[in-house]
Amino acid sequence: MKQLIRSPVFKRLFRPVLTSSCVIGKRSSHFTYFPDTVPESQGETVRLNLFQSINNALDTALATDNSAVVFGEDVGFGGVFRCTIGLQDKYGKDRVFNTPLCEQGIAGFAIGVAVGGATSIAEMQFADYIFPAFDQIVNEAAKYRYRSGNLFDCGKLTFRAPCGAVGHGALYHSQSPEAYFAHTPGLKIVVPRGPIKAKGLLLSCIRDNNPCIFLEPKVLYRSAVEMVPTQEYTLPLSSADILVEGEDVTLVGWGTQIHVLREVADLARQQLNVSCEVIDLVTILPWDRQTIFNSVKKTGRLVVAHEAPVTNGFGAEIAAAVQSECFLHMEAPVERVCGFDTPFPHIYEPFYLPDKWRCLSAVKKIINY
Amino acid sequence: MAASMFISGAILSRKLLSVRVLSECVRVTNLRCLSSGLVEEQPNFPGSRSKWTESLDFVQPDLYDGIPVYRVMDRKGNIIDPASDPKLDKDTVVKMYQRMTLLNTMDRIMYESQRQGRISFYMTNYGEEGTHIGSAAALDDNDLVYGQYREAGVLMWRGFPLDRFMNQCYGNEGDQGKGRQMPVHYGSTEHNFVTISSPLATQMPQAVGSAYAFKRAQNGQCVICYFGEGTSSEGDAHAAFNFSATLECPVLFFCRNNGYAISTPTSEQYRGDGVAARGPAYGIATIRVDGNDVFAVYNATKAARHITITENRPVLIEAMTYRIGHHSTSDDSSAYRSVDEVRQWDSTQHPIARLRAYMVTQQWWDETQEKAWKDDCKRQVMQSFARAERRHKPSWKEMFTDVYDEVPDHIREQYEYMAAHVAEYEEHYPVKNFVKNE
Repeated sequence: MKQLIRSPVFKRLFRPVLTSSCVIGKRSSHFTYFPDTVPESQGETVRLNLFQSINNALDTALATDNSAVVFGEDVGFGGVFRCTIGLQDKYGKDRVFNTPLCEQGIAGFAIGVAVGGATSIAEMQFADYIFPAFDQIVNEAAKYRYRSGNLFDCGKLTFRAPCGAVGHGALYHSQSPEAYFAHTPGLKIVVPRGPIKAKGLLLSCIRDNNPCIFLEPKVLYRSAVEMVPTQEYTLPLSSADILVEGEDVTLVGWGTQIHVLREVADLARQQLNVSCEVIDLVTILPWDRQTIFNSVKKTGRLVVAHEAPVTNGFGAEIAAAVQSECFLHMEAPVERVCGFDTPFPHIYEPFYLPDKWRCLSAVKKIINY
Repeated sequence: MAASMFISGAILSRKLLSVRVLSECVRVTNLRCLSSGLVEEQPNFPGSRSKWTESLDFVQPDLYDGIPVYRVMDRKGNIIDPASDPKLDKDTVVKMYQRMTLLNTMDRIMYESQRQGRISFYMTNYGEEGTHIGSAAALDDNDLVYGQYREAGVLMWRGFPLDRFMNQCYGNEGDQGKGRQMPVHYGSTEHNFVTISSPLATQMPQAVGSAYAFKRAQNGQCVICYFGEGTSSEGDAHAAFNFSATLECPVLFFCRNNGYAISTPTSEQYRGDGVAARGPAYGIATIRVDGNDVFAVYNATKAARHITITENRPVLIEAMTYRIGHHSTSDDSSAYRSVDEVRQWDSTQHPIARLRAYMVTQQWWDETQEKAWKDDCKRQVMQSFARAERRHKPSWKEMFTDVYDEVPDHIREQYEYMAAHVAEYEEHYPVKNFVKNE
């Protein structure tokens, strides 16, 4: 009997048949990844995904700054997303270590490390769990320099947290909390779109003299692969990237959404004969207003897209600033394509996300306004 | 399992001729094989290292009488056990006394100044001067201090000038804090005193982080973190205790248990044996002291500091005291406690009175000196006060600086907008009180 079951014939006959209506395997993602490239002048490159490039940036930070320490829940063995793999072995338990399970403690401790003169790199396991640390980040970290008249500061402090939709994360493994923190003067908030940007931006954050929150789109950890320069480099914060130049509509986003918007630009060109300018904001706070204003003054039309819920999402800030600054240049109102005003759902994720069809539809709408 | 380990140990020893391996196996198997049967004597859960019991007993909160209160002096200021007298020299003790009384005098005058509308807010330290001076005197001047808001005596001890206290309260151009915060939110890099912030307990995990950085830097310093018993209820306090122990940080937690958190008495703040009982639960060496006994506070802090520095682990001191004053100038404590209760604490066991009694016994102080010093205190404080009151506020441009290390464009544009607005509507803004913008 055992032999029968093991036979290839048996296996072929009784292979489970799944119809498309009940596939519960891995869903295809809502975006196509558009890798960045670097010119040859950048030197030798190596194929890295997002978590590897982040690991590389952390490795560099630890190698070049003896005071630097990396800590958080489970970072010792490599972290739940492998961003800290190998670092404890390389730099020792006093520099790369686990903390107890307490985000408010991680944040407070992280501030104190920086105030004490060391470079402080704290991981929040998921951006969804950063909220117990909200008081420390908003009331303490952001205000440390201001309230002390610059006697004290926690500038050498960086928080890292995985954020954003991942296909199945639901309410508590998918959030994009940038808007809450963008309302807090004193913080810097940065979101990379891929490995090349991540390495340079994270190193910039770590070396920046202000407390930074580095939000890493978790769905890109493995799927975003680029040829990343092996040498050490930093990239400027507060400088938006014009990825595609265009004449008719400005599309603004950050993180994973950039890849959605790049595809939307292609579809707009193919289907609507519309030329889109795609801009990665890169830094949410302080944000590069000038690049956005210049673009909208040229195109007269703006679509902002983000996964976070539309009401009071960061798109609202961009829309308000743009209409104030570029009013006479606008051909149509600013369109925001965002998550809906619901908690991030599980099974309904395909309906929730600001996908390419909703973004393309928004382009169509304002072109014909 | 145990038997097979014993056997394999024997085999290994034959193969490797290793006495060390054999003894290792014996150590591991311990008494298990030697006792009757192979029953495990100790639980082996990763989470606990205790014993088995077959009695269904709850550990009740009133299991013991409470951690005792360490003291050196009796309520009147007499040394009880001469062996515990720290035998500080005259200059140190006189300095202790003078700093406590100077603080007391400054408090009286600044409280009044708020009542007269000269400053917006103030918090006094009445009754708790002993906790400040006793602990500060036992530390190194380079130990970093994180406070809550009722530790001005620590700054006094370290030599923070009266003018700087006043400047901060007035928010004038002499305030190194640049007028950003309410009164009593002092800070000083030279005196290693981190600027006070209003949210409670936030300083606690920060103190732990700084202690960790000091440990790595091997600078021989510890961090002391002051907080009240009310603050110890905050989540950040739990976080701080836990992190300090697991990450082995040279941090000294100093709890001023003064009986009240604004109007909330300790009976409504906690149900266990105060804050001290929590220390051992986190793996922290703990002591409770009479906070109104300067020498007890001194001795405990000195010993605690030694533990943190030499063993890189935290210590918790719970200093029992009483908040004689109101919570702040926004509070009238007669609304929730009897004037008699306050009067009682103001007249007996007062830290200043007890130290004076000691000094008099030592013949280091007398009525003449007391009167002269009292007058001197008052004069010093009044003069400093007058100087501070006369000074301008800083340029209001400073409202826009230090948000980041450098002023970003959007903030600079906001300043420019406001400068233009103020230029147009100048008569509606208190521009004359402020240093002119450059």
